[in-house]
Amino acid sequence: MLTTTVPAALQTRGRRARPRAGRLATVAVFIAPALALFLLLVVAPILVAGYASAYKWNGFGLPENFVGLDNFTRAFADPTFRGDLWRALVLIGLSLVVQLPVALGLAMLLNQPLKGRGIYRLIFFAPYVLSEVTTAVLFTLVFSPNRGLGDGLARWLGADAGTVFADPDTVLFALFLVISWKYFGFHMVLYLAGRQNIPRELTEAATTDGASSWQVFRHVTLPLLGPTIRVSVFLSVIGTIQLFDMVWVLTGGGPIHSSETMAVTMYQYGFRRFEVGYASAISIIMFVLSFAFALFYQRVIMRRDTEGAITTKGVQR
Amino acid sequence: MTTPARRLILHLVSIVIGALIVVPVLFGVLGGFKDNGQLAENPLGLPDPWVVGNYTGILASGVFWRQLANSTLIAVATALAVVGASAMAAFVFARFAFRGREALFTLFAAGLMFPFAVAILPLFILLRSMGLLDNPLGVILPQAAFGLPVTIIILRQFFRTIPAEVEEAATLDGCSPAGFFWRILLPMARPALATVSVLAVVASWNNFMLPLVVFTDQNWWTLPVGVQAFQGQYSDDTARVLAYVVISMIPALGFYAVAERQLVGGLAGGVKG
Repeated sequence: MLTTTVPAALQTRGRRARPRAGRLATVAVFIAPALALFLLLVVAPILVAGYASAYKWNGFGLPENFVGLDNFTRAFADPTFRGDLWRALVLIGLSLVVQLPVALGLAMLLNQPLKGRGIYRLIFFAPYVLSEVTTAVLFTLVFSPNRGLGDGLARWLGADAGTVFADPDTVLFALFLVISWKYFGFHMVLYLAGRQNIPRELTEAATTDGASSWQVFRHVTLPLLGPTIRVSVFLSVIGTIQLFDMVWVLTGGGPIHSSETMAVTMYQYGFRRFEVGYASAISIIMFVLSFAFALFYQRVIMRRDTEGAITTKGVQR
Repeated sequence: MTTPARRLILHLVSIVIGALIVVPVLFGVLGGFKDNGQLAENPLGLPDPWVVGNYTGILASGVFWRQLANSTLIAVATALAVVGASAMAAFVFARFAFRGREALFTLFAAGLMFPFAVAILPLFILLRSMGLLDNPLGVILPQAAFGLPVTIIILRQFFRTIPAEVEEAATLDGCSPAGFFWRILLPMARPALATVSVLAVVASWNNFMLPLVVFTDQNWWTLPVGVQAFQGQYSDDTARVLAYVVISMIPALGFYAVAERQLVGGLAGGVKG
């Protein structure tokens, strides 16, 4: 193409001289593959889920048995699904109160000059690249009765380990521990990156003014990390709403639904019992929850981030 | 600034947390070298004697290699598809002005908020009607589609940083938009392309729900599906399952060792994007 000769007049006028229709054709051609994939495999399925949620349907043939909002009222009346909502709240709460602060604390530690901190960081982040399935299978065995690491440790300490994943009272916390094992390093890396974007002069100035390291953290670092923290909270909440792989492999949602999540309930009804209409309604509730949360979060909580805080975030838009 | 005492405490904290990460994995590695009798008597210590049969048995069986090949094929194809389609779309989003551009971009960006689990059921029905069950395309194409939002956002960001003068110079030399995209923009964007490719590979590698529902034929199983099935099949043989888990971790950890920079950089950059 480079060898094509272009009339001199056109050449000097640059790209604006390109015919309009040609430009639109270029746009259309370049965007077509992405748009086709996206509309067919992302947007359409979500619309179909919305449509199917108004029917009692086994997933074969066309849905015929219109039930309106019955699937939704059924979900909200179902103790298991209400439990799903409650468990999501508990897991989100635990993440916000335990997992993310620990990640933040470690990021602050690893931000200091420390020999070998590269290795620590490498190790803390490593679980993130393992799949949730591998992680879950490993931890089923770590906590397996009689042959597991947990049992061995308990015996060594002279205690009785019991079975954390088989007890409805402990299973959710055990699940949370495994989630934290896998994901806290991810959040730590986010915080580290955010911390490194804070200009050194700011913390130095505060120190020169006599602020203790806690005061520097509380009044300088933490506010400036705000945007990063808000993104990490966002990812954590959205991730919890759709949690599936880990639970499915670790517990299958049991014992007696005590670790079941919305996605697990949806899978059970959709792929095991072929109640596609009802399962679609659960999908739609998950969708509405994530979308409403995302919208609220962007409008209310992240708004100040886009209104020019003193961070380097200005580059983004 | 940092006193020796303080440094020591920092190290201790890091080591304790590092141990919490490493010990379960180490338990898996060592457990794979034990037999179940040893695991019951001595779950914590070193194997005595070292049993290699669990590992060699898996490596010799071919099932693991098949799943590894499937995972690799699907991950590479997904990355090619999503990065190719996203680069083209990001190119026009970054460098062309046309009516409806922002609306269209917002549509893609909103895809970030569409949980995969929401679409899986209708997606399954759709793939069934298209005859794509037990076909790798049934996993590759949806994965690529769901990867579009984040990839387009990151690439558009990067494409915008390339100065307009570069494009003008190319145009003056007679380069068509496609020529500019192919010969100049993509080569210049190599670091960004590497990052989004690594993110796509990791996401595909770890995907479980979609291959779980698409592949009933064992010959197509990917590693996560295979690991879960192996656990179901040999649930009484803890040592053997441990060996399988450990072997299946190796490719992911190896990839992490090679691509750590792109992965971590991509995540950290993604926050800003």
